[in-house]
Amino acid sequence: MADNDVLIEIRGLKYSRGSTVIFDGIDVDIRKGEVTAFMGPSGTGKTTLLRLITGQLRPDAGTIRVSGEEVAGLDRNALYDLRKRMGFLFQNGALLTDLSVFENVAFPLREHTRLPDPLIRDMVMMKLQAVGLRGTASMTPAELSGGMARRIALARAIVMDPEMIFYDEPFVGLDPISMGQIVRLIKRLNEALGLTSVVVSHDVAEISEVSDCIYLLAGGRVVARGSPQQLRESDSEWVRQFMEGLADGPVPFHYPAPEIRDDLLGEGKRA
Amino acid sequence: MTLLNDLRKGFAEFLATFGAVSIFLLRILADTPRALLRPGLIFRQVHVVGANSLVLIMMAGLFVGMVLGLQFYNTMSKFGAEQSLGPVVVLALVRELGPVVTALLFAGRAGTALASEIGLMKATEQLAGMEMMAVDPMRYVVVPRFLGAFIAMPLLTAIFNAIAILGAWAVAVQMMGMDGGQFWAPMPDNVDVYDDVLGGVMKSVFFGAAAGLLAVFEGYRAYPTAEGVSRATTRTVVVTAMSVLVLDYMLTAILI
Repeated sequence: MADNDVLIEIRGLKYSRGSTVIFDGIDVDIRKGEVTAFMGPSGTGKTTLLRLITGQLRPDAGTIRVSGEEVAGLDRNALYDLRKRMGFLFQNGALLTDLSVFENVAFPLREHTRLPDPLIRDMVMMKLQAVGLRGTASMTPAELSGGMARRIALARAIVMDPEMIFYDEPFVGLDPISMGQIVRLIKRLNEALGLTSVVVSHDVAEISEVSDCIYLLAGGRVVARGSPQQLRESDSEWVRQFMEGLADGPVPFHYPAPEIRDDLLGEGKRA
Repeated sequence: MTLLNDLRKGFAEFLATFGAVSIFLLRILADTPRALLRPGLIFRQVHVVGANSLVLIMMAGLFVGMVLGLQFYNTMSKFGAEQSLGPVVVLALVRELGPVVTALLFAGRAGTALASEIGLMKATEQLAGMEMMAVDPMRYVVVPRFLGAFIAMPLLTAIFNAIAILGAWAVAVQMMGMDGGQFWAPMPDNVDVYDDVLGGVMKSVFFGAAAGLLAVFEGYRAYPTAEGVSRATTRTVVVTAMSVLVLDYMLTAILI
């Protein structure tokens, strides 16, 4: 595929938090129009990666280019301009609790455009219709369930018609019905709006259903990359452990600790 | 040695916090001109902050005034100086008690509400959400709340003073039987608009700035957890109360 198909290009990305190395030189290409997923065990820095791509964090080394622009080199105004082309779905929705559902979705339009009220109303209602929650327009975020809040946040994320959308753990804590709805929405929105989607998750089945390309992250590196089909057929023990959800394998069940015999009976025993 | 080390550490922490608050104030001032273009956001905060504290301020004003009326009437009547009661009560309120008590009550009611609201917005990623929608939370959340507190404080102080004077009048004139004319008449001659009233207004303006600044600062830098927000709320009351008392002394020394 030609290089201009790549919307987000990451090269040699390094990032540490304190003494913990989160990324130790990773390369990623996110292609236009595709759903790209990042998976990996908890604590591998999946959310951190989204925050790095969207300029909420700065890398220690390496480059992150979005549409050819290096994110870390942008000043505040340029970063805000870039973010107007991005939608971001936070894990808990991050709806503004002092505004109604309608005003939450209208918020980016009111802040960034001078559109007349009737037009804003129509746009908001269309986005709410797209996520199936037009009937909740007058409710407050406190009245919504977790799944509904996330769908409203999704309506807000697409209200400015962004080019790309980032989903941070969109399936966490949802019942099977809500989860199915979000999976369907991610897929349908990507196709209908011509978006580029980046999803961070560890729900193997759901991710396999929606994504075109999956990156598996572990130990600060990309350990595998490919289509869901390719990963399922991979003979790497690590990939198999993750995709099949095996408790023990290359990622050990036990956190590093002294021998249990020493701990219970020997010198390691605490008072 | 441990005490010395603790003192040194405490002083270093104080300086670091003072520096951080000062930088935060500069950021607020830098964003203020643009925030002023959205007066609706500011007036909403004046309303929220003011309405939050209004009943408390009125009740407190009433009882502070009544206590002043009772105490001063009892003491002054022993010397036959009841005719000075009105001016003494007004001077005590306008110059000192009004601005200080209002600021202390404000810190406990509106300051904590501001700090915990901003802290919770941070903990629930609402501030990060705004950042991602290319909306600066400093401009949308912090500055309007700071200005709301800054504008509300002198207004609340004025209400506190008015109600407190009425409270003193109710006790001295209605309950203790003092002559109403004796209570009101000496006031114009003994209370100076510039020295006394404007001095008090100036104090309330400074206290409003300090209370607003410390509340938004503590909320904005709160660690985004339940414990972090609760700590920020507590710190808001403690630090604001101390700052108001220290500022009060400094302003009194300058104004006197």
